[in-house]
Amino acid sequence: MNELKQSGIDVFKHNIKSLLGSFAGSFLRSGKPTSDKSRAAAMFNNFFLHVQGVKTHINTLRPTYTLGLGLISFFLLIITVISGVLLMVYYSPSIEHGYTSVKDINYVVFAGKLIRNVHKWAGEGMIIFVLLHMARVFYTSSYKQGREFNWVVGIVLLILTFGINLSGYMLPWDQLSYWALVIVANIIQSPKEITDSLGITKFFDVGVFSKELFLGGLTAGKESLTRVYLLHIMLLPIFLFIFLGVHFWRIRKDGGLTKPDVFEPKPIDAGLAALPEKRGGIFPTNKTYGLMELAHGRTPVVDRDVENTVLSWPNLLIAEAALFVLCLAGVIAYSFFIDAPLKELANPMIPENPAKAPWYFLGLQELLSYSAFMGGVGLPGLALLGLALIPYLDKEPYHVGIWFSNKQGKRIALESLVVSTIVIIGLLAFVINFGWFRNWWPNVPQMLITLINPGNIWVGFMIVWSLYVIKRTGSTRMGAIALFTMFLISFLIYTYVGTELRGPNWDFFWSKSQWPIH
Amino acid sequence: MSNETHEKTGMSRRDFLGLASLGAAVISSLTVLAGTFRMFKANVRYEESTKFKIGKAEEFPAGTVKKLDDKGVFILSKDDGIYAISAICTHLGCIVNQVDWGFQCPCHGSRYNEHGKVIGGPAPRSLEWLEISEAVDGSLEVDTAKSVPVGTKLKLYA
Repeated sequence: MNELKQSGIDVFKHNIKSLLGSFAGSFLRSGKPTSDKSRAAAMFNNFFLHVQGVKTHINTLRPTYTLGLGLISFFLLIITVISGVLLMVYYSPSIEHGYTSVKDINYVVFAGKLIRNVHKWAGEGMIIFVLLHMARVFYTSSYKQGREFNWVVGIVLLILTFGINLSGYMLPWDQLSYWALVIVANIIQSPKEITDSLGITKFFDVGVFSKELFLGGLTAGKESLTRVYLLHIMLLPIFLFIFLGVHFWRIRKDGGLTKPDVFEPKPIDAGLAALPEKRGGIFPTNKTYGLMELAHGRTPVVDRDVENTVLSWPNLLIAEAALFVLCLAGVIAYSFFIDAPLKELANPMIPENPAKAPWYFLGLQELLSYSAFMGGVGLPGLALLGLALIPYLDKEPYHVGIWFSNKQGKRIALESLVVSTIVIIGLLAFVINFGWFRNWWPNVPQMLITLINPGNIWVGFMIVWSLYVIKRTGSTRMGAIALFTMFLISFLIYTYVGTELRGPNWDFFWSKSQWPIH
Repeated sequence: MSNETHEKTGMSRRDFLGLASLGAAVISSLTVLAGTFRMFKANVRYEESTKFKIGKAEEFPAGTVKKLDDKGVFILSKDDGIYAISAICTHLGCIVNQVDWGFQCPCHGSRYNEHGKVIGGPAPRSLEWLEISEAVDGSLEVDTAKSVPVGTKLKLYA
């Protein structure tokens, strides 16, 4: 009624005064999140938040369960995207200007060095945290109960993470980039080792074909840098974000993160912003059921409220925001003190000695030093296939959501750790001291080395030991724990040996200070 | 009645046309895909020619060992002829160095004897011997794309 008396100007003034509130209301669609209902609405009405549930299980919020590893990987990705776009302002992807533009970024551009460091370390951090996240998911049996395919999507994301890091390593076009590119191109070419042994290279040269596809020629040059750049900033990120979307969407469809079947809240959980007490009736008054909450798996009992859940707004969002700030601070602090390497301009005439791949591939490079094909293509392919198949070969439905399943699982993990450490170090010590077939019989055919080398023996041992564990315990889950533990340990040890203990000519040295001077 | 006829012929006209158009769609899509992949293979490369002149034979008296860094080739001259050995390691493409007993790769420790035969390390093949010939103007020419059997030397009648 009042409005009739108000003049148009008064209405306008009123709208101006309430502008902030009404904009916020329209942004959040259901007003300020002051009540439980509007907090819930804020979650599922928001494009960015609705991938998460309105309510979150207390177990998911426990830092000791997830350790925040998946989120950290995601946050690091966001940091690399932002810093990467900033670097693209000055970077020029050509062999004439690439190296100098990176030098400009390092020494001329304001904050350029810090941004480059942040980009580099956040990217390499992703490798560490994606692997740790994978270990968390594995050891809590979170690849079961409908989550089998999401584990496979995770493996694809791991491969893409490696690929993006590697392609980025080649862009500065310094000595490290160039010789890493040469080594990678030759790994791609390494199926030639097999076709040569079979004598069919003349008719079916898949190795050289793939290498040419990757390099845009037979040797690393300007075409190669264009292709690697294309992979790094366009192709791989597109695939990464598509698969990441599927990864997140499936978590939601699978009913959130895994949790133990039997769950008891602890006194410490009282600190979470809890739901109001249920006030009776079949459906509690403070809760509405919508189709968006339907998910596969065990549904909550309908005549009771969803047990042990709390509102995601604010509980989950605060935890996520805190983790992001921590992540950003960690990356910036690390980048402030430690610089990304930049060597002299690429020189195709002088290989680095030792010419090392980036650290995350040095484990593979150790295997490469036994056989190019097995180390570069065969064994990594087999390992990734084995990891991807784990949820389909171990389908035992119990112990989901519990670290290491049970006491036996802990024992098997520890036992596999000890056994694999001894066997790998034994194999390494043998190879370093006595060499391999070609040192004993110089005329040994290459096929024999491709088939029997320390890398193959190790993978064969992993398979046999896991089968032995399955036979002994009668549980496929225990076999999987043994296999995965041994995979992690071998990644660690081979990477350490390749990084720290291999010097010029890929000879063994206890320390870098013992490297010969030349 | 028509149903019986269909069973006799095994496939209705509708099914046949449906399958045929599906097949046509698949084949044309694959052709487009193959054409797209063909695009990745450049028709012209920016690389240098694999065939290059290294100078007159007189510049390589017996006993000479010359490493052409930018070409990745060793030119060796002995009493019985001149020959070229590739300096590209057959393992992962690093450039080998000459040492007392032959060649050594700095990257992963492959070792070759003086004839380029692999004697240790991960290299799957021996170093290639490359074609060396005398061009019309009297200078020697090496082609890194053409390998020759081990022991092939260019004999000079000077």
